[in-house]
This record gives sequence, C-alpha cells and structure tokens, in this order.
Amino acid sequence: MGLLNRMSTVVKAKMNTIMDRVEDPNETLDYSYQKQLDLLQNVKRGVAEVATSKKRLELQKAKLSQKMDQLDSQAREAIKSDREDLARQALERKGALSVQAESLDQQIADLDQEQAKLEATERRLSAKVESFRVKKETIKAQYSAAEAQVKVTESLTGISEEMADVGLAVQRSEDKIETMKARSEALDELVEKGTLEEFNGSDDIRRELAKIQAKSSVESDLARLKAEEGK
Amino acid sequence: MIIRIMGEGQFLVSSALLDDLNVIDNRIVDYVAKNDEASFKRELSSLILTIKGEGKPLDETEIVESDIIVPPGDLTFDEAKRVFSGCGLIED
Repeated sequence: MGLLNRMSTVVKAKMNTIMDRVEDPNETLDYSYQKQLDLLQNVKRGVAEVATSKKRLELQKAKLSQKMDQLDSQAREAIKSDREDLARQALERKGALSVQAESLDQQIADLDQEQAKLEATERRLSAKVESFRVKKETIKAQYSAAEAQVKVTESLTGISEEMADVGLAVQRSEDKIETMKARSEALDELVEKGTLEEFNGSDDIRRELAKIQAKSSVESDLARLKAEEGK
Repeated sequence: MIIRIMGEGQFLVSSALLDDLNVIDNRIVDYVAKNDEASFKRELSSLILTIKGEGKPLDETEIVESDIIVPPGDLTFDEAKRVFSGCGLIED
C-alpha cells in the first residue's frame, strides 16, 4: 500500500466518522470546505517559506563570493611581495570556500524547483477548492438532506485524496527546508569563525576529495597569478 | 485511467500503458529488494517521466479519485522500502 493510499485512508476514515456524527450533510460539506481553505493557506505559507530560504541561501552565496574575491586579492598581494606561503594559505581557504559555493548553488537550484512545484500545487488545489465550493452549493440547493448523503460522499472522496497529497507535499517541503536551514546555519558559523577545515562535514572520503579538489585549484590559481605578475 | 503522481497532480493515461508501467513497477520492487538505490532512483524517475510523457494532465477543476497513486520523485530509499514491496503500485 502506497504512502498516499495509507494517508488518504486515514483522511477518509476521519471523514466517515464526521459524517456519521453530523446529521446534516450540508454541515459536512461546509466543514470540508473550511478544511480545504485552511490547507490552501498552509500551501501559501509553504511557498513563502521556500522563497525565504532561497533568499537566505542567495545572500550566503553572495557573502561567500565576496570572501573569495577578497582572498584572491590577498593572494595577489602576497605574490607581489614574494610571500608564496601566504598566497598559498589564502588560496587554500579560497578553494575550500569554492567547494562550499558549488554546494550552495545546487541547494539554490533545488529550492527553485521546490518553489515551482509548490506553486503548481497551490494553483491546482485552488482550482479544486473553487470547484468544490460550486458543487457544494449545488448539492445544498438541489437535494434533500437524505438524498445529499450519497452526493456528499462522492464529492468528499476525490477531494480527500487531493488534500492528503497536498498535505504531504507541504510536510515534505518543510522537512527539506529544516535540513537546509541546519546546514546553512552551520556554514554561517564556520565562515564567521574562519575555521574551514571541517567544511564538508563528517564524511572522511568527501573531505579528502574536497581537499584534493581544493589543492589542484590552489596550484592552478598560483600558476595563473605568477604568470600575471611575471614571477 | 487516472494516475496521481504525488505532488504533481493527476494524469489521464490510456489503459494500454498499464502493462509498460507494470514492468517498470516490478523492476523498482526488485531493485528495492536488492538494496540497489541508484537503479531504484533511475527507474522511479523513468516511471514518472513515462506517465507525464504519455498521459494528459487532468483538468484542474475536476475532483476525482485516482486509480493508481505514484509516490513523488524525491522519495527516499527508506520510504521506498515501505512503498515498493510485494507487487508494487500496480497489481500484477
């Protein structure tokens, strides 16, 4: 049984309990409609949250780029004054930052996609909620309470599947943002402290790879600067 | 036949496509059982692309239940272990 099957079973079970309790099916329709509006608000909040997180990462990326430029010109200064050791140090730090900047670019692209997906979800739910509202009023106007029962059940099953899907999409998006937030806060802290050694987390192989990558970029940057400065 | 791709809406798909989808579905179950995460990811995205490519998005104002529900493309491997077991999403 799929994720959503399970979820929509739960939603349906809840709906059934409510419908059994409520004597007037019209009340059930209104109740479901209210829930749909609440969910729509949730999706809107989700979209805003993704946008905010993206903004935050973009700012962080800008800060990193600025720092990298700074390190680059420091290295140039060091070369000018024949201090290759200092230039190397600056370029090593720059290399570590550039690995981090790449990972930020990837995260920003991921959030971009997430935002587009949630916006599409919001649009779909919004269309369905409006369509449900019209249907609800038609049912109220055309059927007696007893007759309405069947129609109510019909219209509720379809919408509860949609609601389960949207609810889960919002929840998944929130989880993703939480993970990114934690990573981005850790990065902030590292940049502030200037301790760049632990940049790539606890994974030894990844850290080693990052080191190698950083090293080769140090060498090529060093060669470039030397050539430019005629050393 | 109506298929929902979670987080991406519902698609109207010809029943003739069901056999093709079932083949992919069974492959996914197989890869999940073998703990082959890379192949699982590839097949899940192929399942989703096939549905989107062959199907037609359902009118957004329509409110209907789906015949099949496909999990989202970013499903984690741990979640997959719960979803793709037995005969998968589509009954054999």
